[in-house]
Amino acid sequence: MDLILDLMAQGLQMGLVLLLAPLLLGYTRKVKARLLRRRGSPLLQPYRDLLRLMRKEVVLAENASWLFRSSPYLIFSATWVAAALVPTFATGLYFSWTADLIAITALIGSSRFFLALVGMDVGTSFGGIGSSREMLFASLAEPAMIMIAFTLALLAGTTQLSVIAQFMLTNGSLRVSLALALAALVIVAIAENARIPVDNPATHLELTMVHEAMILEYSGRHLAVLEFAAALKLLLYLSLIACIFVPWGLAPAGAGLTGYAIGVASYLGKLAIGGFLLVMLETSIAKMRVFRVPDFLGIALMLGLLGMLLLFVSRSF
Amino acid sequence: MNGQALDIAHLLAGSMVLVSFLLLYQDRMFGLLNVFALQAVILSASVAWQAYIQQAPHLYVPAAIALVLKGLIIPLALHRIVIRLGIHRTIETVVGIGPTMLFGMGLVALSMVVMLKAAAAADPLAREDLAFALSVVLLGLLMMVTRRNAVSQIVGFMSLENGLILAATGAKGMPLVVEISVAVSVLVAFIVIGVFLFRIRERFDSVDLQALDEFRGERR
Repeated sequence: MDLILDLMAQGLQMGLVLLLAPLLLGYTRKVKARLLRRRGSPLLQPYRDLLRLMRKEVVLAENASWLFRSSPYLIFSATWVAAALVPTFATGLYFSWTADLIAITALIGSSRFFLALVGMDVGTSFGGIGSSREMLFASLAEPAMIMIAFTLALLAGTTQLSVIAQFMLTNGSLRVSLALALAALVIVAIAENARIPVDNPATHLELTMVHEAMILEYSGRHLAVLEFAAALKLLLYLSLIACIFVPWGLAPAGAGLTGYAIGVASYLGKLAIGGFLLVMLETSIAKMRVFRVPDFLGIALMLGLLGMLLLFVSRSF
Repeated sequence: MNGQALDIAHLLAGSMVLVSFLLLYQDRMFGLLNVFALQAVILSASVAWQAYIQQAPHLYVPAAIALVLKGLIIPLALHRIVIRLGIHRTIETVVGIGPTMLFGMGLVALSMVVMLKAAAAADPLAREDLAFALSVVLLGLLMMVTRRNAVSQIVGFMSLENGLILAATGAKGMPLVVEISVAVSVLVAFIVIGVFLFRIRERFDSVDLQALDEFRGERR
């Protein structure tokens, strides 16, 4: 009986991230439009877009390989697993022992690898530019992510997310190294999700785009799945920041239904605030030149490194 | 309560270092001045917090000086100078941003090692605050070395002085006279440098200090 309940809680989390990801995207678009004094599309528009794309027929390039057809599903499933591993409303779920920061980084990294491969598969110049830029950014963003994981691991003694969240809840205090890790994680999240200072998510056919350039050749259900994966990734990073740095409200292991309800409610609140802050940042700054992005990401890497260095010198940082 | 209070002091000192890195990263004039104002505001908060936890009301004076003088007056004045000099363009750095940041990291590591060795007997938190202050000073020096534009060198100098005040207030029992005299000397330096900027511009048609080197015949 206990096993069934545990599995249900885990299933709830997997379903929750799947359900919320397009909503979060719609929410950020709506808030952004409102901040720019426009009406904006309705909150549920991303769901409608996905449904529409699902119904449309797939147009494939003549020289597209099997990789081109199978990669969207690989990318989607890797991102979904990673997003479902991050503790959203409760720690200590049935599969939480697999929720390891390094594993999540690796899952995201492998989905990025396939995305970069299919960007080059058809052989258009846009896809090639997108892939090469994505890899340029990834070569700095991934080490930064690993540095953040090390910083947290030095503090909490583990890379397992639910244990880290519990550690932050019980004996978290204001620490300089945590502030550095937070700043680094925010930079990495912005870069990984192709948000404004790095890439513009609302643009098509511009020489500066990165993410959109790689998926330019996709249509129909493949495009739907890829867009869904992008939405899931945004949700993943927001819940990662929420679970590590604002763990209040997370239901502990073995909490009853009320605990889970509080957890879900606080999670929704955190997502709303996080999305709003993201949009505030996006509307207040301009997109930077592509060749400035390595500098920007280099800062994340250095902040992570600095946080780890401080912890090595003295544990009280 | 006490642990929490020290944690906040620590965090404020740490954010000073973070803002120093932001200063190194900024390569636009107005962005640089805004970040400098932010650093002054954090410094003022940090000094006020020290005044609160050390129960030393005289420390509120340097906090107010930092807020008004360095958070408002100097950035606004520099803003006007930048507009009057017509240098809104990007700053040329001697070395790129990446190597500069790496060098800055090295300086932070150096100040940690030096402080932990030199002040081994002190209270660990005070020691680490001193280490942060020393890194702010060193990062300000680095900024003065890597920038060629006179205005950004001034900003580097001012941020160096922020580090000095941070160190002075972190240590208990620093007399008020010292802090006020430091603040006043910085104001004087600011005025003198401000006058010199226009003199330099008059003579060389530029505030790029490379021109001075070339004038002395040290052309590279």
